[in-house]
Amino acid sequence: MSIEVKNLHKQFGSFTALDDISLNFPSGELVALLGPSGCGKTTLLRIIAGLEQADSGSVILEGDDASATHVRERQVGFVFQHYALFKHMTVFDNVAFGLRMKPRKSRPSEKVIAEKVHRLLELVQLDWLADRFPSQLSGGQRQRIALARALAVEPRVLLLDEPFGALDAKVRKELRRWLRKLHDELHITSIFVTHDQEEALEVADRVVMMDHGKVEQVGTPDEVYNQPETPFVYGFLGSVNLFHGRVDDGHLHIGDDVIHNQGENYDHGSEVYAFARPHELEIVTDNEQVNGLSAKVNRVLSFGLNSRVELDGINSAEGQHFEVELNPQRVDELSLTSGQIVKLVPSKLKLFHRDSINKDSHV
Amino acid sequence: MSSVKSFSVLPGFGLSMGFTLVYLSLIILIPLSAVFIITSALTWTEFWAVVTAPRVVASYKLSFGASLGAAAINSVFGLMLAWVLVRYSFPGKKIVDALIDLPFALPTAVAGISLTALYAPNGWLGQFIQGSLGIKVAFAPLGVLVALVFIGLPFVVRTVQPVLQDLETELEEAASSLGANRWQTFRYVLMPILLPALMTGFALAFARAVGEYGSVIFIAGNIPMVSEITPLMIITKLEQYDYTGATAIAAVMLVVSFVMLLIINALQSWAGKRTGRNK
Repeated sequence: MSIEVKNLHKQFGSFTALDDISLNFPSGELVALLGPSGCGKTTLLRIIAGLEQADSGSVILEGDDASATHVRERQVGFVFQHYALFKHMTVFDNVAFGLRMKPRKSRPSEKVIAEKVHRLLELVQLDWLADRFPSQLSGGQRQRIALARALAVEPRVLLLDEPFGALDAKVRKELRRWLRKLHDELHITSIFVTHDQEEALEVADRVVMMDHGKVEQVGTPDEVYNQPETPFVYGFLGSVNLFHGRVDDGHLHIGDDVIHNQGENYDHGSEVYAFARPHELEIVTDNEQVNGLSAKVNRVLSFGLNSRVELDGINSAEGQHFEVELNPQRVDELSLTSGQIVKLVPSKLKLFHRDSINKDSHV
Repeated sequence: MSSVKSFSVLPGFGLSMGFTLVYLSLIILIPLSAVFIITSALTWTEFWAVVTAPRVVASYKLSFGASLGAAAINSVFGLMLAWVLVRYSFPGKKIVDALIDLPFALPTAVAGISLTALYAPNGWLGQFIQGSLGIKVAFAPLGVLVALVFIGLPFVVRTVQPVLQDLETELEEAASSLGANRWQTFRYVLMPILLPALMTGFALAFARAVGEYGSVIFIAGNIPMVSEITPLMIITKLEQYDYTGATAIAAVMLVVSFVMLLIINALQSWAGKRTGRNK
């Protein structure tokens, strides 16, 4: 089922949680709402679920305006960060809850309920825990039960609020993959909220990037990662190096250094921010070369597939830190020593006008 | 050959357990056993005659009946009060919260006198209740109930309040997202969680009510066979220097109260087991 929100606005006192949000979630997709804490992503999810009321704007479920519909009648499955399992019920009773609460007319018989609960528990691979109480389960198991409970009422959409937020890193990874698989089997329109960019990029079909109650970018994981439209998106997804510079005659000037052939589309004298990911920088030890930004090597970390070089800015970039990712062979060739002055040459650089960045942006 | 000394991670079990037992004996067991020792001066027939005298039996009925009734009333309204105090914010909430404890702190005689003044046939409330509804509150069994409700209220509120405070609102949100209406959410989600605390509050309010003397004797009117409570019977015997008679009635009260509290505790642990709280 498709979900559409139109011109949603939500205010908590003087804090604007959602600022004129309009989005479209196509049927059957798994969408991630990604952003830093306080960006409004959870509020948006709760408004879609009906757990919270927007100040203005509407929520449209499958073409029908559901803004005035109570959460009870919206038929949405909601999964909470802290599971919200009923501690006084067994796993079985938890999953059966939604079916047993149906009005007498539409309530299935206990036999049908039992069959359905067992089928759902098999789906989340926890059938053997039916008689346990939630306190006897691990965090990952609890969240899977919470998901089974939400699915029991055959919701039209599935909403997950930081579903893996309370779990440790290893279980998180496992559940992520499992959620993706489950979604591929069920094809139920799902939205999940996360502040973990890796999680969003790995699991979702589409990512909605949010900051300060506004949508920054909507796109596939590939699009938002490789073609970030705003400095915020660039900075939020993955590590990034930031340079403050000025465009002169198609060259980027950073202090006394020049990076050639950058910013051709910018007016002469434009103040810009330039972004480059760690793997998009090359280190040149030949100080005679004019092209590139000077920096001082701080230390070299060589473990894993790639080696990382941490550098400190000098001259105009004093106090800044840069990170370059190279393959180990290249690091060996360069034989860098701590304190050595080198030049950084970007293979790819993304420029933004300086006034396009809010002062309080998370860059 | 030396044997390995076994030790526990939590030290001081022997010492603290010994202290607990001595303390418990000094404060509770020895005074209570005195009741039985003094009572044993009576023969069984004498004892039976004292504790089944019609006036005494009538007082048991009133004491235990009114105490159970008051505890039940307090459970309902105490839960409501605790709910309002935890869930809503309103001006003067701190004051209401402090008011709840007043029955704890007030000398019971003061409570008795003010309740009597209010509910007496010529009192502020009494004249209306008796005049228009024809119901007699003060100097009747109903007055006893009113006094016991008054002194028992804090127990329920104070036991339920912390549990309500810890209750995540997410549970209710989860229930309603699964299609449960307000009543179903209360009945199947909230009540099972609150029940143990509510039962503890009930037991405490009941225990306090059974032993209450000061506030009740003023409002009860102490009419033989109608509005005499058991503690009053004990005092009456004492005033007649009938110590053994007094302790005999006391022993009966003690046993009945103990059995009732035991039953409540058993119910509580049964409820706990059924819902997986304790194994």
